[in-house]
Amino acid sequence: MLYLIAAFASIDVNWSWVYEGLDRGWKFIVAFANPDFTSRATDIKEGLIENAVITIVSTVVGIAVSIPIGLGAARNISALPVYLVCRAIVAISRSLNGIVVAILLVAILGFGPLASFLTLSFATIVFLSKLLAEEIEDMDKVQAEAIRATGGSWLQRFDYGVFPQIVPRLIGLSIYRLDINFRESAVLGLVGAGGIGATLNTAFDRYEFDTAAAILLMITAQLWCWNTSRVSSARRCNDGDL
Amino acid sequence: MLRLEKLTKIYKTGDKALNAVDLEVPQGQVLALIGPSGAGKSTLIRCINRLVEPTSGTVTLDGTELTGLGSGGLRKARRRMGMIFQEYALVERLTVMKNVLSGRLGYVPFWRTLLRTFPQSDVDEAFRQLDRVGLLEMADKRADELSGGQRQRVGICRVLIQNPAVLLEDEPTASLDPKTSRQIMRLICELCEERNLAAIVNIHGVAKTALRQFPGPALAAHCFGALPDRCLCLD
Repeated sequence: MLYLIAAFASIDVNWSWVYEGLDRGWKFIVAFANPDFTSRATDIKEGLIENAVITIVSTVVGIAVSIPIGLGAARNISALPVYLVCRAIVAISRSLNGIVVAILLVAILGFGPLASFLTLSFATIVFLSKLLAEEIEDMDKVQAEAIRATGGSWLQRFDYGVFPQIVPRLIGLSIYRLDINFRESAVLGLVGAGGIGATLNTAFDRYEFDTAAAILLMITAQLWCWNTSRVSSARRCNDGDL
Repeated sequence: MLRLEKLTKIYKTGDKALNAVDLEVPQGQVLALIGPSGAGKSTLIRCINRLVEPTSGTVTLDGTELTGLGSGGLRKARRRMGMIFQEYALVERLTVMKNVLSGRLGYVPFWRTLLRTFPQSDVDEAFRQLDRVGLLEMADKRADELSGGQRQRVGICRVLIQNPAVLLEDEPTASLDPKTSRQIMRLICELCEERNLAAIVNIHGVAKTALRQFPGPALAAHCFGALPDRCLCLD
């Protein structure tokens, strides 16, 4: 208790600044109550489209790369050297945070959507390859054994014995990752990596809070549309034949 | 003709599952392998098609020594050995038809199997086999929609479409009820006779007391439902 009081006493509050800040805070709230969609409409539109493109392309590329890595990182179907290499890739890449990678890539490649695309692809690979490897390690191995017993090659064994077992999870995880990438791509703009986040950042820098409010609403709307459409598609994935 | 000579398997844990097994199964003979669980029946069967790598000894099928083959040669040799599993081992998410066709994987190049475009002759043969076991109208159902007995019959179709010389059956009826078990066993014996196939059939969970009670073929008939040509007890 004493410690709490002492702790609060040590906070140095400059009340005159707070008073001035209140004024600006109020402006902020007023601006947010009147979002301005029109004056920067083309910027917002371009930002949103760029966002969608970054998300989709990076997710697709990420999935394509993570499937072979995930296969390699599953102990039950890969040879030991392949397994070790793939596990090492997964382990090392997992230790890097997405934002850190983005900042790094912006520094290397300069501002723009390319950095954002690479960051999200990387994050998708990290996420998917590990979970995919675990899914393969948990599969029913008798099904794969049966395909092996017919004289199928390694690829055929994967295609018939492994793939049908992991496909529902693969689709589920991919959709989930697309979802995350959608949100992340908005954030990545703030560190200079293009997309709607960059537009948002610019709006704040110019104190155009009404435009910023409009952008935030548009991001929310985009996410909401996306979420409702994916729920219906996810249900259909589980009971087809492959 | 399938011949095993001094086949030995010692697992990494030090368990000696097979100790210098010598065995000969001529064409057309159904051999029942009986013994309590842990006797090494499954290991024996898996060492023949090298799903389990034997420690020493040789396996010879129609003059080819399987134990000396490289991976390509082994794949070719596996096409001639049909395996039937206790848990059916069908690919659950594929249709019955695709499960049956998967028996042709060793014969059809990868890209064709990837696109699921098997040669018409294979498809015709698959329909014939399904008709033979009475599952023709199930061809487009997914494997996980079938009952146990139906699944095992699909498993048998998958094996037959391989055009095998020998059948390896690992407790094929252990997951089925007694009546279905007898039906499946009768079907297997019929097919072996029809096609003059050699077969090794594992039969599980026979208590030691039962082994003492009815020795040899009588016991086999008792748990088999159909009379095998020969019966061997592993202990």
